[in-house]
Amino acid sequence: MAISVSESFAVNLVAVFDSMTVAIQCRDLRKTYDGKVEAVRGLNLEIQVGECFGLLGPNGAGKTTTIEILEGLLQPTSGQVSIFGHSWNENEREMREWLGISLQETRLSEKLTVRETIDLFASFYREPRPTDEVMEQLELTEKADSWVGKLSGGQRQRLAVATALVCNPKILFLDEPTTGLDPQSRRQLWDIIRAFQKNGGTVLLTTHYMDEAERLCDRLAIVDHGQIIAEGSPADLINRLGGHHVVEFSVSGNHDGAALPAWRALPSVESVREDEGLIALNVKQPHLTIPALLETIDKQGGELQHLTTRQASLEDVFVRLTGRHLREE
Amino acid sequence: MHGSLAAKAAAQDDKAIGYDRHHRSMSIAQEVPIKTEHTEPAPPRRNGRWSGYSHLLMARMLELKREPEVVFWVFIFPLLLALGLGIAFRNKPGNAVSVAIVEGTGSRQAQSLLARSPQHDQFKVQVLNEDDARKGFRLGKFDLVIEPGNNGAVTYRYDPARPESVLAKAEVNDALQAAAGRKDTVPTTGVTSSEPGSRYIDFLIPGLLGMNLMNSGMWGIGFALVDMRQRKLLKRFVGTPMRRGDFLLALASSRLILMIIEVGLLLLFGALFFHMRVLGSIGSIALIAAIGSLTFGGVGLLTASRAQKIESVSGLINLVMMPMWIFSGVFFSYERFPAMIHPLIKALPLTALNDALRASILEGTPIMHQWPRMLIMILWGGVSFVLALKWFRWT
Ligand SMILES: Nc1ncnc2c1ncn2[C@@H]1O[C@H](COP(=O)(O)OP(=O)(O)OP(=O)(O)O)[C@@H](O)[C@H]1O
Ligand SMILES: [Mg+2]
Repeated sequence: MAISVSESFAVNLVAVFDSMTVAIQCRDLRKTYDGKVEAVRGLNLEIQVGECFGLLGPNGAGKTTTIEILEGLLQPTSGQVSIFGHSWNENEREMREWLGISLQETRLSEKLTVRETIDLFASFYREPRPTDEVMEQLELTEKADSWVGKLSGGQRQRLAVATALVCNPKILFLDEPTTGLDPQSRRQLWDIIRAFQKNGGTVLLTTHYMDEAERLCDRLAIVDHGQIIAEGSPADLINRLGGHHVVEFSVSGNHDGAALPAWRALPSVESVREDEGLIALNVKQPHLTIPALLETIDKQGGELQHLTTRQASLEDVFVRLTGRHLREE
Repeated sequence: MHGSLAAKAAAQDDKAIGYDRHHRSMSIAQEVPIKTEHTEPAPPRRNGRWSGYSHLLMARMLELKREPEVVFWVFIFPLLLALGLGIAFRNKPGNAVSVAIVEGTGSRQAQSLLARSPQHDQFKVQVLNEDDARKGFRLGKFDLVIEPGNNGAVTYRYDPARPESVLAKAEVNDALQAAAGRKDTVPTTGVTSSEPGSRYIDFLIPGLLGMNLMNSGMWGIGFALVDMRQRKLLKRFVGTPMRRGDFLLALASSRLILMIIEVGLLLLFGALFFHMRVLGSIGSIALIAAIGSLTFGGVGLLTASRAQKIESVSGLINLVMMPMWIFSGVFFSYERFPAMIHPLIKALPLTALNDALRASILEGTPIMHQWPRMLIMILWGGVSFVLALKWFRWT
């Protein structure tokens, strides 16, 4: 008897411990709109407490659909979601106390001031943060009494994040928080997100900026056509899939697809692709590849038109995986 | 049973751990109340049960106040309408009948006969050629055209669809006959009555009130909700612990507050400008207006329950309101429609509201005697509300 009691206690402890470390979890998530558009096709995620996790993907990849299902705002066609071990149909009101949300596009009421808007959102929570403190943090103090309709795009975006942060959330959901911001405002927002994370908060954000994902996220999932095609820390993804360096060049005269295997055979080359008239090599050690490359071109009687080498980025990972660019410029 | 055992065991475990850890300070820890062990600063802000509701209501009122269009359409426009219509249809003392006589052989005789008649000061007579006379008649400048024939006979040209034209024909005919020597066999006396309470403006103001409550209920709830849905603001609200019932309650409360201002302004205006007399009690008028306001709030909620775009909800709202503008007796009495469709007309919520307001304001009918009208409104509002909640989409 005593043994069985202490055993069940131990099991409870493990369950509690588990639910304490996993903030967001979903299994085999699917969403089909109107019975035909398969926006999310079998997605699994596990986001730890204190992590900043990014969903990176092109337009229409299913990022918003995924994040809104996790936020409990959209019913999945199938699959399970749990937030700190709770599912959405279990205790919605209580769970909402833990989440700060910023949707991809919310047009807040234009005729309310910044302060009134934050106060309004604060009023829905049991123990919100002081409005002044949040305005201070998001540098909205001097706009406190301006109407929302008179704010710039970046200020509105910051206000949207302020309405999410005022509730003192455990998890922050941000759907494309920096789209349309100038570089300085973006960096400001990154700092705010980092500060939130440093205080133990968990962040899930979506973006289609590679640099943002690379600098801000501890881990990320690259989403395409409703599925995760790669997952890991940015450095890990780049190392694993992007090659360490990229050597891009073009040759005048004979350059056709048939030459690609020849480039692939150069020393230290991991993969080759042709991209808008340039040949791009994923390379481990450029100092081995480049001399061999020059020699080969010379032998073929071609002429080198252009040569750059750079660190591989998430963009290269994406192109390697899908053959497409993340953002069509 | 098992659970409570486990809990006890856990509690004992806790104690054991506590004892191990704070072995030496044990006796002190027991004396000190548990509260002081966690000396966190008190949470700076704690919201009560109604904080969401009161903030939603305040935000809504502020938004309305800052929207000049709302102030105009809800408050000023009905006053202008009442003013305009009240002046256009005011009962003019000695309302002159304007008559055209077609030039010709008998025109002079007809004119002198009219001038000799006892009612001659009521007629405004002009002698014109036939074309001008008919044109003036078509444009409503003349109520009647007299076309004199041979041997003192006259032809009246009048429009049976225009009450003033029919009236003009009868009066002119009486005058001509009397001037020509006809004797009335029954002696009669007429007393004029344009007391406050029986004039067009008295009929109009309660109708405008009803229409205004319908307009602002439908737009104020229906349009506002779809606008918030389109702006994804509803979705954002649902992403917070906001109570959805409180949200709707705040919306309804804002309607009631506006209603009081709307009704008060219009009645005050009627009383000051047109010396309108309000016979019913303020309480019963307010109750009728509140029920009407909530009824149309419910109907507005229903029209807005699924629409995603403000364009589609605008069409829907106009579609719902159109029959009531026409049939429910806002500007003219629905008695003019065939009696066959009267039961249908009376089943419309705006008809019930207008009738109830008129009965209460103009006749002082107590609210108890108006229960069928109240019931009609409550049914419309209640059924709409229940259906709306069933179909309502927050996202
Ligand atoms: N309400 C909807 N009804 C039907 N289809 C939808 C709906 N919402 C999204 N979709 C479709 O689902 C797919 C995924 O859309 P989603 O908004 O999740 O993409 P996203 O990754 O957020 O894109 P973006 O970067 O442009 O925001 C798209 O093909 C989109 O057209
Ligand atoms: Mg999106």
